[in-house]
Amino acid sequence: MASRIDLKDTQREQQMFASRSLVALVLVSLAIGVLLSRYYTLQISEFETYQTASERNRVQLQPLPPKRGLIFDRNGILLADNRPSYTLSLILERVGDLDSTLEALGQLVDISEADLERFHTRRLQRRPYELVPLRFRLDDEEQARIAVNRHRLPGVTIDAQLQRYYPHGELFAHALGYVGRINTRDMERIDQANYRGSFHIGKIGVERRYEDELHGRVGYQTVETNAHGRVLRVLERFDPVPGRDLILHLDYRLQSVAHAALEGRRGAVVAIDPLTGGVLALVSTPSFDSNLFVNGISRRDYAALRDSPDVPLFNRTVQGQYPPGSTIKPVMALAGLEGGLVDPDTTVADPGWYRLPGDRRRYRDWILRIRGTGHAPEVDLKMAIAESCDVYFYDLAHRLGIDGIHDYLAHYGLGSRTGIDTTAERPGILPSRAWKRAALSQPWFPGETLSVGIGQGYMLTTPLQLAVMTSILATRGEHREPRLVRTLGTEDLEAPLQDPVMVDGAHWDAVVEAMREVVHGRRGTAKAIARGLNYEMAGKTGTAQVIGIAQDEVYDEDVIDARHRNHGLFVAFAPLQAPTIAVAVIVENGGGSSAAYPIARSVIDAWLQEEVALN
Amino acid sequence: MAEYVRQMPDAVGPLTQPPALARQLHVDVPLLVLLAALTAYGLVVLYSASGQDVAAVMRQGRFFLVAYLVMFAAAQISPVRWARWSPWTYLAGVTLLLAVAYFGVGAKGAQRWLNLGGFRFQPSEVMKLAVPMTVAWYLSSRRLPPGPRYLVVCVALIALPSALILRQPDLGTSLLVAAAGLFGIFMAGIGWRFIGGTALVALLSAWPAWRFLLEDYQKQRILTLLNPESDKLGAGWNIIQSKTAIGSGGWAGKGWNQGTQSQLDFLPESHTDFIIAVLAEEFGLRGVLALMLLYVLILLRCFWIGVRAQSSYGRILCGSLTLTFFVYIFVNMGMVAGLLPVVGVPLPLVSAGGTSVVTLMAAFGLLMAVSTEKRVIGQ
Repeated sequence: MASRIDLKDTQREQQMFASRSLVALVLVSLAIGVLLSRYYTLQISEFETYQTASERNRVQLQPLPPKRGLIFDRNGILLADNRPSYTLSLILERVGDLDSTLEALGQLVDISEADLERFHTRRLQRRPYELVPLRFRLDDEEQARIAVNRHRLPGVTIDAQLQRYYPHGELFAHALGYVGRINTRDMERIDQANYRGSFHIGKIGVERRYEDELHGRVGYQTVETNAHGRVLRVLERFDPVPGRDLILHLDYRLQSVAHAALEGRRGAVVAIDPLTGGVLALVSTPSFDSNLFVNGISRRDYAALRDSPDVPLFNRTVQGQYPPGSTIKPVMALAGLEGGLVDPDTTVADPGWYRLPGDRRRYRDWILRIRGTGHAPEVDLKMAIAESCDVYFYDLAHRLGIDGIHDYLAHYGLGSRTGIDTTAERPGILPSRAWKRAALSQPWFPGETLSVGIGQGYMLTTPLQLAVMTSILATRGEHREPRLVRTLGTEDLEAPLQDPVMVDGAHWDAVVEAMREVVHGRRGTAKAIARGLNYEMAGKTGTAQVIGIAQDEVYDEDVIDARHRNHGLFVAFAPLQAPTIAVAVIVENGGGSSAAYPIARSVIDAWLQEEVALN
Repeated sequence: MAEYVRQMPDAVGPLTQPPALARQLHVDVPLLVLLAALTAYGLVVLYSASGQDVAAVMRQGRFFLVAYLVMFAAAQISPVRWARWSPWTYLAGVTLLLAVAYFGVGAKGAQRWLNLGGFRFQPSEVMKLAVPMTVAWYLSSRRLPPGPRYLVVCVALIALPSALILRQPDLGTSLLVAAAGLFGIFMAGIGWRFIGGTALVALLSAWPAWRFLLEDYQKQRILTLLNPESDKLGAGWNIIQSKTAIGSGGWAGKGWNQGTQSQLDFLPESHTDFIIAVLAEEFGLRGVLALMLLYVLILLRCFWIGVRAQSSYGRILCGSLTLTFFVYIFVNMGMVAGLLPVVGVPLPLVSAGGTSVVTLMAAFGLLMAVSTEKRVIGQ
């Protein structure tokens, strides 16, 4: 009986199983339907979308950054180099947990707040799969520490790039400028395609002015990569065009001499080859190490430079605008001679002060404080320049009038940018009635003309402008735009000629002879540097007041604050007969020109010795 | 009596015909042919997916060899004996799972392996077979459909190993083991009302499960699945890449070894869990359909074996193993195509791997044992 029940149960169970199998089959068919419709959608309906995605995945366009051009001095001394630098970068797509990765890296290498800040800024602007640099210039030990821990740091890479290095950072910081990391402002002005793969761009100076030539043209390669970004195969390659090298007119040795001579002072030296317009030295002190800027200067370093009262970031040679003081007197003399107001023998009575007709105010000569009287009862042009007589030039200025002064001095490049091939140059001020009306909305007062006549008052010039002015005197009228770069790649550049200054030969002779007297004369204001001089030099001293001196007030160096002391200036060219160098020196708060002319002599000495050595 | 007579032709058949060689060897020829075709197809795809690595194909070939031997061995043992052994394999499996929890070896943050003198062993694999066997064994000796009392026992039998595996943690395997057991209950003829009720309870308990049971990485997987585009190059990477691979295959595919996605390493785990993407990319929808056809034929054959099985044990076991096999297919193909969460389920008999292949073939061995069981009249 039991077997019958079992049999019956078996049969029922079998039927039940069959029906359940049927239900299961229906469910399975439905599920298969869902699967197949999904695959149909992906492979047939959306085929093109995915085909494109797959193509893009596989082939990547990689930029090949060009090698930046090198910069050499005139003798082939390397001033701006490219050195391999090891950079720690992250590919964020492959980094698991960014915070913990950064923390782990922070324990291996030193990562500053500034590094992190820059990293996060760059991270937000990156392209997919782009390397985002975190730390630059890893040293060997740091590289090793990262390498050992690489396995637990996915997405972390160390790569070598060529990076700007300035072997003489401080010495040439102002002359060359520097490169820095490309920022958003740079992005707006550059051809971004050309900078894919480049991290640096010229920020100021020659590096900026010649950016296009130095940078070169980016190359590309199309590569097949795997998902880890590893290049499996290069499909095509367009080589980058390397940047062109620059050879400067600058002379390393001259630059060093000028820099050393200004050591510990605030000041500027500009030396120009009058024949070519080539800038032989361009020194502004204090300076800074331009290498600091290459990878983004740290906040602390930058604050130190920015907040220093000596403003080391300020390029005094082209940005510094100083009253030229008596250094413009030779040009003023030429204005008088050419205007027919004076001839070389014309004399002016010098009681030590000057008074405008109908004005009670006395305009003092600097000598009055020292001697209590003027330079001589009657002063001629030669003495006026050699001894820097103010009264002579007060008189001349009054007769020229401010616009006469303006129009003549403008021929020497004063009051406008020289056009030097660097950045941030300022024009200075060559005042005129029109200028004062426009700038200050005030009429011109006759007394102001007298101040301008001795390079004071509203007049401001840059050391570079003074050097250009001096080189025009040296060449007797030939005027070229100053140039830092002599050769671009293999192409020699010529400094563009400006309108020459036409002056009667006798007038040149008179003024140049007077300038010779400044150095070589018995009573020349720069006679202190004549000793041991084995060549002839023409010069002119200058003193620029930093603060205004009230009527009848006496400037007393001893009681005056160091920052309010007069600036010392000196301009010179040599050798007298065939000048090969023109120099302008300014020493801020140097007290007087005695701070400046020894520097000029060292520079000219160095240059002429070098020339002798070369010949 | 009429019912008895109707049973006759079937029961008598084997006695009237001389037993075929296949039957003597306990081999189900149609199933064997289909499996051979599937594994061959799998090796072809694997060759490409592994980056034309002959060694990888040879290794997988050796795994298949072992797996076929295990299948043949399993087929030699009669279902009656398997039924008797079922509770013991279950007990052994649970013991091993406990051992894993205490002495197991970890990998990628999960403790799933047992180190047996240089041989690494994953006890959860055993449970993929032991659970449906035990459910079949337990239910086959009851009146079917089973009453609520037995169901509670069954659910407990399923829940214990599933919970242990979930704690390893291995969500995928845990769900597969539980599913295998539940399919057994389903095939045993459980009432629809009960199924509906359970489904309702499951839905209601989804929230607490999400809140308290799932690990963060499991939640992440589900969230990523719901919106992989949200984290294109992070968590959603695998799915986006596999979808790209599948989609770019089109109808005809890019050709064998020509799949750029898989050949260029964009595709993660291309030779294991994501191998279907390689197949779809290189052989196109045609290749997917061919694979699906093989699977469907295998499933049909397995259901047929179940329908014709001699004992309830055989039927229930057959049904649950067949459905589990399909779940593998569905979950794997679904997850790679972005339909289901990425839970780490291999594509049966195509994905490279040792343990999973051996387990699957052992299951087919059990099916062959059922298929070739001697037909006896009555008990």
